[in-house]
Amino acid sequence: MTDERRTRPILIFAYGNPSRGDDALGPAMYELIDAQQQKAGLLNDVELLTDFQLQIEHATDLQHRQRVVFIDASLTASPPYEFHPVLPAQDLSYTTHAMSPAAILSVYQQIYRQPPPSTYMLSIRGYTFELGEPLSSRAGSNLQTAFEFVMRGQVLTPA
Amino acid sequence: MTDQLETAPHPERLQRVVIEPLTRVEGHGKVTLLLDDDNHIKQARLHIVEFRGFEKFIQGRPYWELPVLVQRLCGICPVSHHLVAAKATDMLIGASQLTPAAEKIRRLMHYGQTLQSHALHFFHLCSPDLLFGFDDVVRHRNIVGVIEDHPEIAKQGVLLRKYGQEVIRVTAGKRIHGTGAIPGGVNKSISTDERNYLRKDIDQIIAWSQGSVELIKRIFSEQFDYHMAFASIDSNMISMTGSDGAFEIYHGDLRARDPNGQTIFDHADYTAYDQYLREGVKSWSYMKFPFIHSLGSENGWYRVGPLARVNNCDYFTTPLAEQERIAFRDAGQGRPVQATLAYHWARLIELLHCAEAIKALLFDDDLLSDDLLVKGDMQARGIGVLEAPRGTLFHDYEINEDGLVEKANLIVSTTNNNQAMNESIRQVANHYLDGKQLTEPLLNQIEVAIRAYDPCLSCATHALGKMPLEVQLVNSEGELVDQLQKRANGNIEPSATCENSG
Repeated sequence: MTDERRTRPILIFAYGNPSRGDDALGPAMYELIDAQQQKAGLLNDVELLTDFQLQIEHATDLQHRQRVVFIDASLTASPPYEFHPVLPAQDLSYTTHAMSPAAILSVYQQIYRQPPPSTYMLSIRGYTFELGEPLSSRAGSNLQTAFEFVMRGQVLTPA
Repeated sequence: MTDQLETAPHPERLQRVVIEPLTRVEGHGKVTLLLDDDNHIKQARLHIVEFRGFEKFIQGRPYWELPVLVQRLCGICPVSHHLVAAKATDMLIGASQLTPAAEKIRRLMHYGQTLQSHALHFFHLCSPDLLFGFDDVVRHRNIVGVIEDHPEIAKQGVLLRKYGQEVIRVTAGKRIHGTGAIPGGVNKSISTDERNYLRKDIDQIIAWSQGSVELIKRIFSEQFDYHMAFASIDSNMISMTGSDGAFEIYHGDLRARDPNGQTIFDHADYTAYDQYLREGVKSWSYMKFPFIHSLGSENGWYRVGPLARVNNCDYFTTPLAEQERIAFRDAGQGRPVQATLAYHWARLIELLHCAEAIKALLFDDDLLSDDLLVKGDMQARGIGVLEAPRGTLFHDYEINEDGLVEKANLIVSTTNNNQAMNESIRQVANHYLDGKQLTEPLLNQIEVAIRAYDPCLSCATHALGKMPLEVQLVNSEGELVDQLQKRANGNIEPSATCENSG
């Protein structure tokens, strides 16, 4: 269920619920990057994916990648965003319907018996997460700053 | 089946044990156990705070947006909301009979999501309980433990889940936020290439599904009496069935049976659900407490989901699942199987059925047809009901002349099981908690009972790692007697210092 021939070397996986306030930061970043990707010659090595939350099957999306960047809203990141590497870890997110990037890497490692690709986490600071709320203005500002960071290019350079 | 949750004498004198949140159960749930002066459980309350604002979220929206919009209510089962909203909006536009292509494409989507949801629950969330036992250490009793000890089972779980997601992608057009189902039908057919792509792996998917049923039967048989007794409660059961009593999860009538399997109602038109069901409220919970109207609130609570569906149906239309249903039925020895852990067994029979049903549809040329939409006369009220992975799901909309939703009522699957989950918690706690000492095994037992229902307590926000498991024992005076915490790293902290230990 994975076609290696079509797999692009860089995966950006931005996740969250677009209708839960600042949880929309991930999907909003997806939209911004997608718009850039539509422009000819930009981000051709990048595959963009989005979902409400991470789950075990997303480990299969990491196959044949050189670099993976997860993008998510965070209630604890220092504003406007944090960017850091992710290593496989068996945290308690294994035990819920939603998993952490570290847990996804751990599943990848276990089922494919090989090290996961170089992976980073871009955590954009959010503030409110209620159903039906729009993105808060502070989160919107953080999103823009984070987007400029992504477009500067270092994030997308394969290791 | 008396409502002992609410009828304990002198509830103001009961002590409380609070557990929050539940691991391997989505969202921020909290359990309060109320103890009497003799330290026996008299009340159990599962608090779920996330089911707020669903109706408000929908009100004022144009009806044609609803199938897409409602997916955002829940990141766990967005496809269920997508399809049930489509069914309700079918009714709004007077589309009483879909084209064969539209109905079959929707069914395919529904089977795909049920397959992936059940695969996740068994292989990821509950198999550690069943494979390792409830008393196994937490850090081992999770998916990593499964992978280490049963690498093929874990990998099958991931790939089953992935296959279900691919079925959704093909039928809904996208991995998420799909627009496949629209009022009156669907907006795209399946291409030959897409069908062939899904056909490629379906025999393997069926084989793995069969293997999962064999596994659960083996697990059950090894400690049959224990598994049948754990958290077992006698309850009414409600599910959808086909007009001839066949197992049905997309479109049919409602059937209710009592704990002995006697019919309460049958062939009930789901658009008249409010004649059969009522929704009670309690001051301590945001969740409603639905009950069968003819039985009243005290005796009319019920269970939904795989256990109810497999017990209630007369037969499966697919041969392998039907064979397994008969084995399941026989375990009940003439009564419906009431064991809460039998949810897992029933869930895997459904998983197998979905795999078989997907294969059958993939060889049905109606999927390729471009005859996708019908329409009729507009109506002011639209009601959609289907069997979501976790149980019966109701969406009921009323619109104004501009097509905007004025009123909405949703009964989600987990809400239907609300009272039943409390009853199972109480049953377990009465067996394993006696005194004022909170232990990790006790927490595990309660969580195992709740997890059997696969409750969806979340709505797709994901502040992960913030909320460790916390258990508190509070007496009737509000004093902390004992406390136990499960940290995000899995460590269990010893009881906190309690000034009032006795």
